[in-house]
Amino acid sequence: MAFYVVQFLTGLASAASLFLVASGLSIIFGVTRIVNFAHGAFYMIGAYIAFTLTERLSGAFGFWGSIVLAALAVALIGVLVEMVLLRRIYHAPELFQLLATFGLTLMVEDLVVLVWGPDDLVGRRAPGFKGAIDFFGQNIPSYDLFLIVLGPVVLGILWLLFQRTRWGVLVRAATQDRDMVAALGVNQKWLFTSVFAVGVFLAALGGALQIPRDAVHHAMDLRIIVEVFVVVVIGGLGSIVGAFVAAVLVSELNAFGILIFPKISIILVFLVMAVVLIVRPWGLFGKPEAAARKTPGLTVNPWRPLTSNERLASLAALVIAATLPLFAGNYALTVGSEIAIFVIFAVSLHFLMSVGGLASFGHAAYFGLGAYGIAFLAKMAGLPMIVCLLLGPLLGCMGAAVFGFFAVQLSGVYFAMLTLAFAQIVWSIAFQWVSVTGGDNGILGVWPEKWAASPSHFYWLALGVAALVTIVLRVMVFSPFGYALRATRDSLLRTEAIGINAKRIQWTAFVIAGTTAGIGGALFAYLKGSVFPDNLGISLSVDALVMVLLGGVETVSGAVIGAIVYKALNIWLVSQTDLSKLVLGGFIVLIVVVFPKGIVGMLEMLAQRRRKSSPPGSPLLAKPIESAE
Amino acid sequence: MSVAPPLLAVEGLTKSYGGIHAVRGVSFSLRAGEILALIGPNGAGKSTCFDMLNGQNKPDSGHVRLLGEETTGKKPREIWRMGVGRTFQITATFATMTVRENVQVALISHGKQLFNLFGSAPNFDRSEAGRLLELVGMGGYADRPCGELAYGDLKRLELAVALANEPKLLLMDEPTAGMAPRERVDLMRLTAQIAREKSIGVLFTEHDMDVVFEHADRIIVLNRGTLIAEGSPAEVRSNPQVQAVYLGEGLLYEAGHREGAST
Repeated sequence: MAFYVVQFLTGLASAASLFLVASGLSIIFGVTRIVNFAHGAFYMIGAYIAFTLTERLSGAFGFWGSIVLAALAVALIGVLVEMVLLRRIYHAPELFQLLATFGLTLMVEDLVVLVWGPDDLVGRRAPGFKGAIDFFGQNIPSYDLFLIVLGPVVLGILWLLFQRTRWGVLVRAATQDRDMVAALGVNQKWLFTSVFAVGVFLAALGGALQIPRDAVHHAMDLRIIVEVFVVVVIGGLGSIVGAFVAAVLVSELNAFGILIFPKISIILVFLVMAVVLIVRPWGLFGKPEAAARKTPGLTVNPWRPLTSNERLASLAALVIAATLPLFAGNYALTVGSEIAIFVIFAVSLHFLMSVGGLASFGHAAYFGLGAYGIAFLAKMAGLPMIVCLLLGPLLGCMGAAVFGFFAVQLSGVYFAMLTLAFAQIVWSIAFQWVSVTGGDNGILGVWPEKWAASPSHFYWLALGVAALVTIVLRVMVFSPFGYALRATRDSLLRTEAIGINAKRIQWTAFVIAGTTAGIGGALFAYLKGSVFPDNLGISLSVDALVMVLLGGVETVSGAVIGAIVYKALNIWLVSQTDLSKLVLGGFIVLIVVVFPKGIVGMLEMLAQRRRKSSPPGSPLLAKPIESAE
Repeated sequence: MSVAPPLLAVEGLTKSYGGIHAVRGVSFSLRAGEILALIGPNGAGKSTCFDMLNGQNKPDSGHVRLLGEETTGKKPREIWRMGVGRTFQITATFATMTVRENVQVALISHGKQLFNLFGSAPNFDRSEAGRLLELVGMGGYADRPCGELAYGDLKRLELAVALANEPKLLLMDEPTAGMAPRERVDLMRLTAQIAREKSIGVLFTEHDMDVVFEHADRIIVLNRGTLIAEGSPAEVRSNPQVQAVYLGEGLLYEAGHREGAST
């Protein structure tokens, strides 16, 4: 019995940090409507700076002073980020905001390694809380008890701040209607900046307080952000009480999940989240979201199928690509195969994200599932390659059918957070369930059969499948289903009023996209000869997003161009620098801020200008992302 | 001998939000080909009433029947399949698609081709889409992006979309709100003409009394959630209660107040 009580208290102690970070995310979202992906990064920097300060400053005051000082310092960094970056993108579509803050996260991951090195850092114990308390023969660290008390205290302070101060009143008003607050003469700029500072302060404090409990390392940002997303989805984005309750719930589920499913404890959290989403899609304490701002995108350019000339040009490009084995070496062919596979991956996400308006931040899950499908079929069942290639993607299809069902209940940022959480869950399963998936060691020795084994043959196979997939998805974009899907993206009210069951359309699109991604993953497994948890990791999901974005999220063919350019750049970059995340992150931020239409979008705009020659036609067509001011 | 049920029969429709009775026991009916106006001051419950007819809102009690078939509790998309078209007070169209594509989506849905993955949507029932657009006078705009249309044109497009499933009943929530005076008259003339030709029942709410009195066959008046008058335009115009509601009871109160003060 005592054991369970201790387990319960450990859960409560973990909830404290989770609550601090989640409440910060909630407050920022409430006012600025930005889901700050970089929140985990601020949490991590908080921990690193606190580690350095506690090493330098001595004594009890030194330790606690360092914790607060670290949080303040990170808040200052947050203010800088808000003023330099976020102010430029407040009016951009939410996808761009998510991506920009994600780019920031990538940059921070490399920066902390640059400053603090790649090794785990073990921090000092907190003065006054070094010991443990004996509880019926079980030890409870006294620092845990401190954290258990701290959580409700912070909740109380936040409550007072929001209920009893002028600033709190403004924040609550802005959460309900920020345009009205602006119309009443409140300086929005500084309100946003101060809110962002408070949110970041909470995240950094959460990180700093973790150092006596956990080692500081450079991957702690992603771990916390996924948990935080789960917390805010369960608790309701924008509700601080919800964040508290959900943080406790998730921490307890983790604490006891280990006892029930030691291998895949995360399953329990997933099940609870799924139930909450079915019963209350807006979270336990959240309110149903009012219809989001109308930002279908940056342009109103209608799509059209390729003209016959453009078709000929595409065919010619394909034929030229097919001649590559005649003059290129094996390395170039392997790179070519990889690019072709990533074209498949990118067009599958494009179908969901550009056509359906559902930006998935966890699309790699289905790519990876396809790859694992191959590994299971080929290695364990020993089926021939053709059969594997046909059946392997079905694992991606099934994953998409299950997760997609829940994901399409939500939209916008909730959809993004949920898909990310799902992908992370699949990743955890692949990582933790060693007996089936091999864990971190992956599954090796998945080689293609003889007919496809040579680099040139495999290249032709990959190219052929990529061309086929691209054509089929393109046909679907201009099919009645594709029109219905675009309709659900543009106006849910209208689709419902003309007899369209939007959720079913979106779910179908999700399954199509997931299956297609699975096809890419299946080929990828054969290309690499192995499957690892990284094949369904977050960074791969982000690769897909960047490919679509780089090509032009509002174009039909952007994904193909984006995949080719991005993958080629990426392979080259990794061979050139160790700081690929820093460069990649900076690159993402740059695209979002100065180049939001992508390559194909830019080309289309130029072509249109030339056609009209007279000053640019509709101002809507040429409108860049507006800056906040 | 049984009488054929009316196109739309509403009985004792009631909805309250917290303590506020938005709609209280509203009953009326509508025949095929009839144009019925639902009027009343702001906050009278018109929009709530409308949303319940179309399935966007569930009544607390009461019944809505379409040709004798119960529609309460059904979703908007199911009610649409029963032959009810709807236009919105603030237009809801597909901004990134062309005018023709907007109509085609409705036709695709009507033809139950929503899950057709390999057909060609640009060629889907092009002639019917063109015919509907001609009907509302938008034929020349077929290839324009919907996002760059003027508001009055969007309203006309909504009408074309609403007609795509050959509806028996059209629900139009403030069809002319936000339009220029000249356009308002044109749009309502057009609607009335189509409704009479095809024997479609039309229920519309409207603030512009010129539009109401010119086109409505019959008018029902809502005030504070209850039906206070029903009848031909002439009857409603001369109804003292309606006049009080529209001219304002505040004036009467003030007059009485002054009289009291002078004695």
